[in-house]
Amino acid sequence: MSIHVNIEKKFKGFSLKVKFDTESASTGILGASGSGKSMTLRCIAGIETPDRGEILVNGKTLFDSEKKINLRPQERHVGYLFQNYALFPTMTVYENISCGFRGEKKLRDEKVRDFISRYHLEGLEKRVPSQLSGGQQQRVALARMMIGEPEVILLDEPFSALDGFLKDVLQRDMQDFLQEYQGDMLMVTHSRDEAFRFCRELMLLKEGKTLTFGKTRDLFEQPGLVEAARLTGCKNFSRIEKLGSRYLFALDWGISLRTEKEIPEEASYVAIRGHWIQGRDTDGENCIPFQPAEYVENTFEHQYLVQTPGMDKDTVLWWMRPRNSFRETEERLLPEYLYLPPEHLMLLK
Amino acid sequence: MSEFIQEINWSPLWISLKTGAVATTITFFLGIWCARKIMKMKPVSRAVLDGILTMPLVLPPTVAGFFLLIIFSLRRPFGKFLLENFDFKIVQTWKGCVVAAAVIAFPLMYRNARAAFEQVDVNLIHAGQTLGMSDRKIFWKVIMPTAAPGIASGTVLAFARAIGEYGATSMLAGNILGKTRTVSVAIAAETAAGNYDVAGFWVVVIVALSFVIVALINIVSGRGMKSRRWI
Repeated sequence: MSIHVNIEKKFKGFSLKVKFDTESASTGILGASGSGKSMTLRCIAGIETPDRGEILVNGKTLFDSEKKINLRPQERHVGYLFQNYALFPTMTVYENISCGFRGEKKLRDEKVRDFISRYHLEGLEKRVPSQLSGGQQQRVALARMMIGEPEVILLDEPFSALDGFLKDVLQRDMQDFLQEYQGDMLMVTHSRDEAFRFCRELMLLKEGKTLTFGKTRDLFEQPGLVEAARLTGCKNFSRIEKLGSRYLFALDWGISLRTEKEIPEEASYVAIRGHWIQGRDTDGENCIPFQPAEYVENTFEHQYLVQTPGMDKDTVLWWMRPRNSFRETEERLLPEYLYLPPEHLMLLK
Repeated sequence: MSEFIQEINWSPLWISLKTGAVATTITFFLGIWCARKIMKMKPVSRAVLDGILTMPLVLPPTVAGFFLLIIFSLRRPFGKFLLENFDFKIVQTWKGCVVAAAVIAFPLMYRNARAAFEQVDVNLIHAGQTLGMSDRKIFWKVIMPTAAPGIASGTVLAFARAIGEYGATSMLAGNILGKTRTVSVAIAAETAAGNYDVAGFWVVVIVALSFVIVALINIVSGRGMKSRRWI
């Protein structure tokens, strides 16, 4: 089970250069909007043709510019879940699902009925997509995609158009679905939470280029690159001066820090996620005086933008602190110092 | 009154309807085919060809008639070729009515079909492809039904234009009673001859027919029935 992608495609003012090899069954592509995530999926599905490179799924070549191989989307056996599901609006649920069926015609009816019950769509067979709820639409789209037994499935921002409660429900449905699904999955998303939740491996994409590729948890823990850390949601960065093998001076924060890991030769930045910063009442190692410049009250956390006199003028330190209740006021809880735990310091290029 | 009705020669109505039916059938397939072809073209050639195909809509029908006469005149190579090889005569025949009506009605069909196709979400086509549906199946099962309201209103509009065609028809097919005299030609001819009652009768027929057609468009395109009031 593997997906190998190494492709290039040029557009006006934008070029795509993506390279990755998956090992696990669930892979994510995380990037900002316009970074070429969907384009990558479309190239794999055969909807778009890359200028150069090759695409292999489970050892089968789908595209190879040198060998002049370019299978039609129909021949690729790649399932594609579109952002808006792309259900056929004039067809019923039954007809939509039967469109995805491949194989002998006489087996079709039985299999379509089987998939209708598997995806809990009984009683909705005769409805058209506009008469379905968002959750039902997603299940029809999944059933339609899965009935053709694709070798790999591509999910294009499956939750981006949803809000609140429905999103939570659909994410649970999707998780159940993925647990049963045996094949490979490749998901595109701009949400780091979705990427963390659904994908074992992750590729970070920026302006059409692969930044890094690796195990999701490793990437969140040690992104390696400033850009990668930023994409995974980190907000606090500082240039560094190396003082020892585990000792550095953060130039923008104006503080000396001890790190848990040895500082790599090429590291030039240190970073920390705002959620990992802790409040302390006594000064000590890796501590910085707490002087909030701004406060943002979020639903379930307090956000402080910290600016101490020793810090660079344009730099702030974001501290995200979970709140215990809505009645809690921010002033009463303020600590004297902020502690940057050595094990959470990320050393970046 | 009944005497008047009995004396009416109904042939212009049948000729108009027959011309409209045949011309609409031709433009229906040709319009859809051209719309599909044009959409697959590169932007520059698309713009040029789209302009040419739309010309009959914006030009005075007499200009179209002039061009058609030049093309199909028996004294010119193409008209002569058709007559000698296929025994096909366009000028001053019913076929001329059809050709003139089809040419004038074509842009309506073509433009409506193209607009309808362009409205179809391209992801539906891509979804069909990744599901393994053949291009033919995608066209007939996905694209056509989704574009159906637009195509239907294009067809009805083309039909309305075809049965009402006057300028190009009178130039190419002339005014031969029982052969090429359509309702619109009859109205012009009867008015010119001072027969206001006959002309008026045909006017009533055309107005009624046109109204039915417009109502039909509203029904097939779902407009006027379901549309929300915005004031």
